[in-house]
Amino acid sequence: MRLIAGREGIGRILRLDEPLSFWGGIEPESGQIIDVNHPQFGASVRNVLLAMPHGRGSSSSSSVLAETIRIGTAPSGLILDELDEILLVGALVANDLYQKDFPIGVGNLPESASGVWILDEDGLRRA
Amino acid sequence: MQLTPEDSAILAGEAGPGRRMAMELVVAVAQATGTDTLVDITQAHIDGCLYHGEAGIDFARRLLDGGASVAVPTTLNVSSLDLLHPDLFKGDAATERSARNLMDIHVSLGCRPTWTCAPYQLPTRPELGEQIAWGESNAIVFANSVLGARTNRYGDFMDLACAVVGKAPFSGLHTDRGRRATLAIEVDVPDSLLSEDIFYPALGLWIGANAGSEVPVIVGLDERSDEDRLKALGAAAASSGSTAMFHVVGVTPEAQSMALATHDEEPSRLEVDESGLAAMRRSVSSGQEALGAVSLGTPHMSSEGLTRLAALVVGARSRVPFYVNTSRDVLATLDQQAVDNLQDFGATVVTDTCTYITPIMGDISGAVMTDSGKWAYYAPANLGVEVVFGGMADCVQSAVEQRVVLSDRLVDR
Repeated sequence: MRLIAGREGIGRILRLDEPLSFWGGIEPESGQIIDVNHPQFGASVRNVLLAMPHGRGSSSSSSVLAETIRIGTAPSGLILDELDEILLVGALVANDLYQKDFPIGVGNLPESASGVWILDEDGLRRA
Repeated sequence: MQLTPEDSAILAGEAGPGRRMAMELVVAVAQATGTDTLVDITQAHIDGCLYHGEAGIDFARRLLDGGASVAVPTTLNVSSLDLLHPDLFKGDAATERSARNLMDIHVSLGCRPTWTCAPYQLPTRPELGEQIAWGESNAIVFANSVLGARTNRYGDFMDLACAVVGKAPFSGLHTDRGRRATLAIEVDVPDSLLSEDIFYPALGLWIGANAGSEVPVIVGLDERSDEDRLKALGAAAASSGSTAMFHVVGVTPEAQSMALATHDEEPSRLEVDESGLAAMRRSVSSGQEALGAVSLGTPHMSSEGLTRLAALVVGARSRVPFYVNTSRDVLATLDQQAVDNLQDFGATVVTDTCTYITPIMGDISGAVMTDSGKWAYYAPANLGVEVVFGGMADCVQSAVEQRVVLSDRLVDR
């Protein structure tokens, strides 16, 4: 697991079955998944370590991620199989504008992801 | 990083805090993507002028207050408002003020107020081999695939940062290697399907859902894949997936042959048939018989599309609200007869924005019919409506009969 943004995030891991576009996929005010085509429609991404294979869809997702970080409805961090520049930029800008830490890790999830985990510069480990 | 003396000076703040902030973001993304080089860009297209909350305003305002402006010709994406037809906006006044503020800041930064998601329909569109930095997923995939210009998927903030420094990280789709097709998609469908408009966005939805983040090369299409159809394909693929570039053998500029597209390396392979496309279409077409409205032109309709629509509606009258989204520049090229035809039909022309991103349609009873895979994909979440996905001619006929009419080959396959 390589940390490409932020410092530390703690939470349960929510592993998405399919990639999610933040814009059009998450309601910023609540952090809920609103993409009706997504298998995890209705779930909340707030305060979880959100895991998905890669980013998807809209280039507006940078703004939506930054906005959720600003108002406090964001996940506690992101775990991606592949780097996604659009989400990376949302995290970097939110940190720059609001001094709010948002970690993004790139790498594989453990087989059993139950429980609470910490994502930081050492990678991903159980809390 | 291999920075020029000028880049280093910008990074050190010698060109002001705004340009330093932009350069810091460009360099941070370059480092994360594993390149130590920046490439000069000839133009930029900014998606960040669409209002999603205060973060967008805070970022653009910091650049402006820090003395920054764009360093290359820069076009602007759709916003939340139609400045030519302001009465169409049905949202609240606070959102309207914030959206307008965000638009004004971008114009103050030196961007051109084009307000379109289809900058490739403007006279300024880039040519084969041009290095550019574009936001807006459908514009990105069109520029790479159909024009052969070179851009990565730039999101909000990064597109503007690249415009301010006039450079982008030299990685991914900016490089020859990054444009190599790694996945061949063999299209095995009856020939007549290639003459139907619905085929192209349906194929795009399928590709987005199945190609992951690879660059696919499509085999089995021909000269019927005109610009409007490739636009519909790409927009759909960039909605259901993260496709930023595709090749079509014999059609797109970097795929005169399979070998050229794949750099003579063996791609992985997928095949799609009619039943796969029909299932994809059903998955975004949830609406039933009752028709509440029609919305066309996502991405913004081209002048060819508007001319065709204007001919289709002659002598007819829509019995449901009928919206057509296009850009102010394309609308200005339309002849008066076509404008009159659309008006007589009862169509509402929307410019500068789009019906699926901002409150224009109001309360609709019944499904909304569209010819756009992108609109069909996003509208249920954005607007809370049911969608019927069909070709342009069926959309017109449905509006006239005030019920859903679907005549294409993919129905019930």
